[in-house]
Amino acid sequence: MFEIFGIPSMALFGQLLIGLINGSFYALLSLGLAVIFGMLNIINFSHGAQYMMGAFAAYLLLKFTGLGYWPALIVAPLLVGLFGVVIERTMLRYLYKLDHLYGLLLTFGLALIIEGVARKNLGSAGLPYVLPDSLQGGHNLGFMFLPNYRAWVIVASLVVCFGTWFAIERTRLGAYLRAATENPTLVRAFGINVPVMITLTYGFGVALAAFAGVMAAPIYNVSPQMGSDLIIVVFAVVVIGGMGSILGAIITGFGLGVVEGLTKVFFPEASNTVIFVVMAIVLLVRPAGLFGRRA
Amino acid sequence: MDTQFEIKAAPPHGASPSVWRDNSETILFVIMAVGLIVAPFFTYPLFLMEAMCFALFACAFNLLIGYVGLLSFGHALYFGWGAYLSAYAAKSWGLTPELAILTGTATAALCGVVAGSLAIRRQGIYFAMITLALAQMMYFFALQVKLTGGEDGIQAVPRGFLFGLIDLRNEAAMYVVVLAIFLAGFLFIYRIIHSPFGEVLKAIRENEPRAISLGYKTERYKLIAFVLSATLAGLAGSTKAIVVQLASLTDVNWPMSGEVVLMTLVGGLGTIFGPIVGSFVILVMQYKLSVVGEWVLVIQGAIFVACVLLFRRGVIGEIAAKLRIKL
Repeated sequence: MFEIFGIPSMALFGQLLIGLINGSFYALLSLGLAVIFGMLNIINFSHGAQYMMGAFAAYLLLKFTGLGYWPALIVAPLLVGLFGVVIERTMLRYLYKLDHLYGLLLTFGLALIIEGVARKNLGSAGLPYVLPDSLQGGHNLGFMFLPNYRAWVIVASLVVCFGTWFAIERTRLGAYLRAATENPTLVRAFGINVPVMITLTYGFGVALAAFAGVMAAPIYNVSPQMGSDLIIVVFAVVVIGGMGSILGAIITGFGLGVVEGLTKVFFPEASNTVIFVVMAIVLLVRPAGLFGRRA
Repeated sequence: MDTQFEIKAAPPHGASPSVWRDNSETILFVIMAVGLIVAPFFTYPLFLMEAMCFALFACAFNLLIGYVGLLSFGHALYFGWGAYLSAYAAKSWGLTPELAILTGTATAALCGVVAGSLAIRRQGIYFAMITLALAQMMYFFALQVKLTGGEDGIQAVPRGFLFGLIDLRNEAAMYVVVLAIFLAGFLFIYRIIHSPFGEVLKAIRENEPRAISLGYKTERYKLIAFVLSATLAGLAGSTKAIVVQLASLTDVNWPMSGEVVLMTLVGGLGTIFGPIVGSFVILVMQYKLSVVGEWVLVIQGAIFVACVLLFRRGVIGEIAAKLRIKL
């Protein structure tokens, strides 16, 4: 046990760890927002609600079908992703020709509906989600205690984030996707089914949110408002990073999680607001965002 | 930015110009004013006063989205902080109600200058996210500082004596004051929209690059419009705090920002009377639905979805389009 700036190392690294955990959720969610925005030109306000749906899906799967954490990690995102596909087919596709703000308003309405239904059926108190045995316990690293599950969350989200980056930036499918973002009409002329690609992109982005939700379930309680609390912070993260770059979204997400964690150690009163303050500063210094291109 | 509000009330097409058509706005204004003077004899004055505060709030919000094309998703910041400072000034400093309302309004204006000059640095969808994030920051701030009373809010705010003379505990006196504030705010917004300044705002909404190329410093226009809107939202919040004698976290939290968007959307974006109709509709709905409490969120969400998919012009927008008049 030693001290850094008068703070015990356990506390400091503990908060850093929490910061990295929060950061991995920021990264996963802002990544999903960026992918959806790239293809659909819509800011998905229901992203937080869909993250909450992921957590609830995991909870309900465990309660009613006995499916544990590991299957839920696959099944819940698929279910919620399917829900996203239905939303895109039945509602969002009618908005592409309209102003951006209608997409925001529609998905905001959806977020209210989802949260309202969850609150009605499951109560507004948090429900606990029990960890799988294989991930309980932890290791003492000497300068801090590292719970296994938290380590897993960080590793898993890093893998998923960089997997997404790789798929978009380095594969053929990703190339189609990027091309369709730039010029959908031309890509269609080459015989690629862009509307299906758009639908699947939305489904994928939503599934990413649900995946984050399942991972969050054992850490935070599963509650209807878990998504709306988070989504506003993620918006600030997106403003800071800019939505132009996948890698930018990932780095900004993790970075801001760490900043928030450190603030909790040195100046706890500001820990709720520090990300918004960073946003204000970035807007003053680099209005286009850290990774954004000036439009 | 290429906005597609379908609000261009077509000029009377083929129809012969008539006194009624040309003066549709004036006529409706007179009907509204008379209606509001008579209304307290038929329904609860307190409800009407609250509704007028929200109507002014929605009109202020509409000034931005309807006439400049800027979607602020954080208008609860000005409404809520206006309410806090007005309540605090009336209760702790013992100021008369008109000075308390002025204090709240000035606070909102100041917040508007700061938040506005940050938010206009980005366009389109980012603007909405920035305003929302800044409002959330000020919500957390309200949660922590002593002035706001945290979870309890500021309760039992005295209504006091207007100019030190008129006792506002008298419901009729309070009603007249709120009605005067509401109508003055409404006429002020009407004046802004129909001024040369308002024409520039509409030009920015339709095509900002073009407005820039014509030599207008659009950022300056956007900031002034933002501050005006924030100030009027603050006026609405300050008045509300005196009327219902309470300023709380509800006023400053994000669902309040969502609610004012909903009111304006239901009534009709970019119509002059739409926000007023919308806020009355939504408030009546909330009172009627208070029995089914938990479903309010779902119903609000469903209205959002229905409005965006089927009904983008809103109530007043549809009527105006059908009758081919300006409202």
